[in-house]
Amino acid sequence: MIYVFLGFIIWGAGWLLNIYFANSKHSDHWAMQVIIPLIFGLTLLLVWQFFVIGFQVNPVFLPRPTDILARIASEIPRLWADFFQTIIKGAMTGYIIGAVSAFAIAILADRSDFLTRGVLPIGSFMAALPIVGIAPIFVKWFGSNWESKAAVVAVMVFFPILVNTVSGLRDTTAMQRDLMRTYGASYWPTMIKLRIPAAMPFIFNGLKIATTLALIGAIVAEFFGSPTVGMGFRISTSFGQLALDMVWAEIVIAAIAGSVFCGIVALIECWVTFWHPSQRL
Amino acid sequence: MRSILPVLTVVAFVLLIWCLAVIPMNMHLTADQAQRDGISVQPETPIARQALSGTGLAWENPHLIPLTFTHKRPNLPSPHQITAEMYNTVFAVKLTSKRSLVFHGWVTLAPTLLGFAIGTLLGILLAVGIVFSRVMDKSVMPWAIVSQTIPILALAPMIIVVLGAVGIHGVLPKSIIAAYLSFFPVVVGMVKGLRSPDAMQLDLLQTYHANNTQGFWKLRLPSSAPYLFASLKIGISASLIGTIVAELPTGAKAGFGARMLVGDQYGQPILSWAALFGAAFTAAALVGIIALIERGTLRKMGVKLA
Repeated sequence: MIYVFLGFIIWGAGWLLNIYFANSKHSDHWAMQVIIPLIFGLTLLLVWQFFVIGFQVNPVFLPRPTDILARIASEIPRLWADFFQTIIKGAMTGYIIGAVSAFAIAILADRSDFLTRGVLPIGSFMAALPIVGIAPIFVKWFGSNWESKAAVVAVMVFFPILVNTVSGLRDTTAMQRDLMRTYGASYWPTMIKLRIPAAMPFIFNGLKIATTLALIGAIVAEFFGSPTVGMGFRISTSFGQLALDMVWAEIVIAAIAGSVFCGIVALIECWVTFWHPSQRL
Repeated sequence: MRSILPVLTVVAFVLLIWCLAVIPMNMHLTADQAQRDGISVQPETPIARQALSGTGLAWENPHLIPLTFTHKRPNLPSPHQITAEMYNTVFAVKLTSKRSLVFHGWVTLAPTLLGFAIGTLLGILLAVGIVFSRVMDKSVMPWAIVSQTIPILALAPMIIVVLGAVGIHGVLPKSIIAAYLSFFPVVVGMVKGLRSPDAMQLDLLQTYHANNTQGFWKLRLPSSAPYLFASLKIGISASLIGTIVAELPTGAKAGFGARMLVGDQYGQPILSWAALFGAAFTAAALVGIIALIERGTLRKMGVKLA
């Protein structure tokens, strides 16, 4: 019971600390922007830890955060192998294939206004569909190794990137295009010097949406057949062995991978679209 | 309206590619079947046929090409097979029958809608909290944004099983996943929307001597409507995807997800494809309904639509 009590105290203390920090005059400082959410997250973890001990929750349902950490520390080689199989081989390959083919189709469709008007509604329609349902079919077509995962990921990331690229390529004003014409620029110079740079904020928006989709596709597709390595495989088999701390360990890795992946894309965006108003601080 | 013709053209093009792909995809299966039925096939042994690609085999046996479109268990069903299967399972059987796609659709749709309603409601409440409380803004908002980069959907099947072990069955576990997935888009969009009134408008309300509550009901809430609808559209399709993924590998007996998997495991690919398209049409209908409500509401509120 003492642990439950301790949990409540930590909850209250974390909350009071954050109220104090958020209302202090330094609250807009960048360090505060990091510290306050960190305190919030840490409080949640501690409350979780103490409540699980205090209420004697069966670790089969909800392991303690410390158990999960211990599991991550002791299983690094296996987690790394899973990460490599699922994220690097499956998700990354698919992401690159999907993105490159989406650009290619977008630039092709952009040649004609007629095609653009056809591709845009269909693309945004497809982007809202549960495409991940093709996973069992693709596993049957391409075998159970990473190729089928890459294929699922490629199809999933294709449509958001396509829609964003096509609408980005339209985002130049008549004035800008006229200026290019007065310079005597033909199609490709206009494309490379004006329209693709102008489309970059849109393209990166699509690329960022696609990062999460890529991880989801790669992990979910492994539920339908995989070699004996991979994050989706490990999640479902550890679950069968009631080793929930291993499941959570994989989740933590997936969460970190997802945030880092999205963060890298956001960094590249910062670097490429430094001129855009949303990037100016 | 003027985009109907381009859309139809692109759809027709995709269908054409699909029909062409059916031939090489199913050629080997068709050739094996044809040989068993006593039709002459060019390379006579299956091993010799494996050495050829699907296209090569079609080149050798042009008389088999029509058969690839009607194979019973194809790798890639042809569009007309899926249409026929959908017609049979939607209109030709009773709605309560286990073979009816409408029955399975409802099994998926009910938790989706319940979860979507819960997630939206909680999302709006949290967004109001974030806008009015500096502490919540500072501590919760970064996590709400980061959580969108986490592939939580991959966990859906596990959440179902854990809740099942605790004794929660039926509609609720799937709704929780659907609620979770629609929750964060709504929070993020709604916060943006509630903050969209500019300083000028807020100042105007201050000169009217309006307090915070009046400012919320008369200015912030109405101006958040366009943002809310944009996130609702994302949220509802996320909810549906969540429910379907939750059904996929958990041994669910009914629902679109279960249907996709059953068709796959028992060698009836046409069944999976019909379920896939059923899910696609459901998603489209849900997003379409929200778009209609959006249009009506915004027009009532006096927004000029482009």
